[in-house]
Amino acid sequence: MREVEVSEITKEIAELCQEANFELGEDVINAFKDGLENDESPTAKAILEQLLENAKIAREDRVPMCQDTGFTVIFVELGQEVKLVGGDLEEAINEGVRQGYKEGYLRKSIVSHPLKRENTGDNTPAVIHTKIVPGDKIKITVAPKGGGSENMSEVRMMKPADGVEGVKDFVIERVKESGPNPCPPIVVGVGIGGTFEKCAYLAKKALLRPIGDESPHEDIAQLEKELLEEVNKLGIGPQGLGGRTTVLDVNVEIYGAHIASLPVAVNINCHAARHKETII
Amino acid sequence: MAEIKLTTPLTEEKVRELEVGDKVLLSGTIYTGRDAAHERLVNLLEEGEDLPIDVDGQVIYYVGPAPAKPGKPIGSAGPTTSYRMDPYTPALLNEGLRGMIGKGSRSQEVKDVMEEEGAVYFAAVGGAAALIAKCIKKAEVVAYEDLGTEAIRKLEIEDLPLIVVNDAANNDLYEIGAEEYSEV
Repeated sequence: MREVEVSEITKEIAELCQEANFELGEDVINAFKDGLENDESPTAKAILEQLLENAKIAREDRVPMCQDTGFTVIFVELGQEVKLVGGDLEEAINEGVRQGYKEGYLRKSIVSHPLKRENTGDNTPAVIHTKIVPGDKIKITVAPKGGGSENMSEVRMMKPADGVEGVKDFVIERVKESGPNPCPPIVVGVGIGGTFEKCAYLAKKALLRPIGDESPHEDIAQLEKELLEEVNKLGIGPQGLGGRTTVLDVNVEIYGAHIASLPVAVNINCHAARHKETII
Repeated sequence: MAEIKLTTPLTEEKVRELEVGDKVLLSGTIYTGRDAAHERLVNLLEEGEDLPIDVDGQVIYYVGPAPAKPGKPIGSAGPTTSYRMDPYTPALLNEGLRGMIGKGSRSQEVKDVMEEEGAVYFAAVGGAAALIAKCIKKAEVVAYEDLGTEAIRKLEIEDLPLIVVNDAANNDLYEIGAEEYSEV
C-alpha cells in the first residue's frame, strides 16, 4: 500500500479551487474564438470579445472570471492501493476548499441549511464524488459550479418508448426554456440511463469532458453532433441576445437502464466551464 | 443601435427615451441587491417602514461580488440571474426605482409595471465579472452587512457597459434577438 497524507490532498484542493476560478481552459477560449469568427450577430461578437478579455484579466490578475465561484464539486478517483493517513478524507477536502476560497478571495456562496439559509462563510461543504479505482494514485478534479446555470438543469424519468427522439426533444426544450438565464454560450451535459441519481451524476460528469470531445460510442457521438446542431438553430446566442453561438458543446454519457426506465438528466454549465485536475 | 452615456440618478423622461438594443455606458452611484436583500426591503415596505436606501430615481444591480483583494474596491462583480428578484421588483418600482441591471428574462408582471412606472432593465454581460469590476471605482456596504456578499452596497461606477433588454415600452430584446436568429 502507498501511504498518502490527507494534508497533501488539502493542499492540492486549495490550489485547484483557485486555478479553476482564475484560468479558463484553452478549449473554452478556442470555442469563444470560433464563435467570434463565425457568428453573424454583431451583439454576439461584442459579447464574445468581452468574454475573451474577461478570461485574460482573470488569468493575469489572478481574480475569479465570474463572481459566482460556485458550489465546489469535487471528483476523487482513489486508487485501491492507496492508504490515506493523518485524518479524515472528507474533512481534508473541505479544509482544502476552506483554504482555497479564503486565499483566492473567492466568493462564499454556500448556505448550511437549504431552508434557513445561513451562509457557512467558507464555501463548505463541498459536493464530493468518490470512486475507488485500480492503482496507487489519487486523481482529483475540482469543478466549481455556478448557481445560475445549475438552476436551469433538470432530471426527467422518461418512458423507454420515448426513445432517442424523446431525449432530443427534452434536451432542446431545456436549452430553449433556459434562454438567457444560464449565461450562454453554455455547455450541456446529458446523462442517459442508470437510476434517478445516476443519470444526474452522469450529466455532471459529462461537463468535465473537453469541448470538442466525442463519445466513444458511435451512436452517442452522432447524437451529440445532432443535438449541437439543433440547439444552435434556436437563435438564443451569447447572453440570450440573439446569435448562433448558444451552445459550445453537448456531451452525453450513458449507463445501463432498468427495463422499465429511461432516466435522462440535463445539466447546464455557463460559459465559465471551469474544472482543473491533478494526480497525486 | 445607439451608444448612450448616462449618469444616475435617472429621470422618468430619460428612461422613456431608451429603446431595446441601445448600448449604454452608465456612470454614477448605483446600489447592489440580491434575493436576501430584496426580501428584507419588501418586508419593510409591507410593514410601512422606511427603506435603508432611497430607491427613487436609482438603479439596482443584481450582484453578489467576490471579496475585494487588498487595495481593490471590489472583487469580480458580474450580474446574477434576475428572475429570482421578480416577486419583489414591482413593489420597488412603485417606490420610484428607475433601473435594474442583471441577466436573464423578467416576468410579464415586472415588464408591465416597468411600462406603467417608466423603468428600464439593462443586461450586463454575465460572467464578464473581472472586466466589470474594473468599472467599479468605489464600493461601500450601506445596509444588511450581515448578509455578506448579499449586503446592499453603494457603488461608484464609470462607463459600465450595458445593453437595454426591456425598455419602458414593454419591448424585450431576449424575444426579439432570439427570433431574429432562430432557424426553427
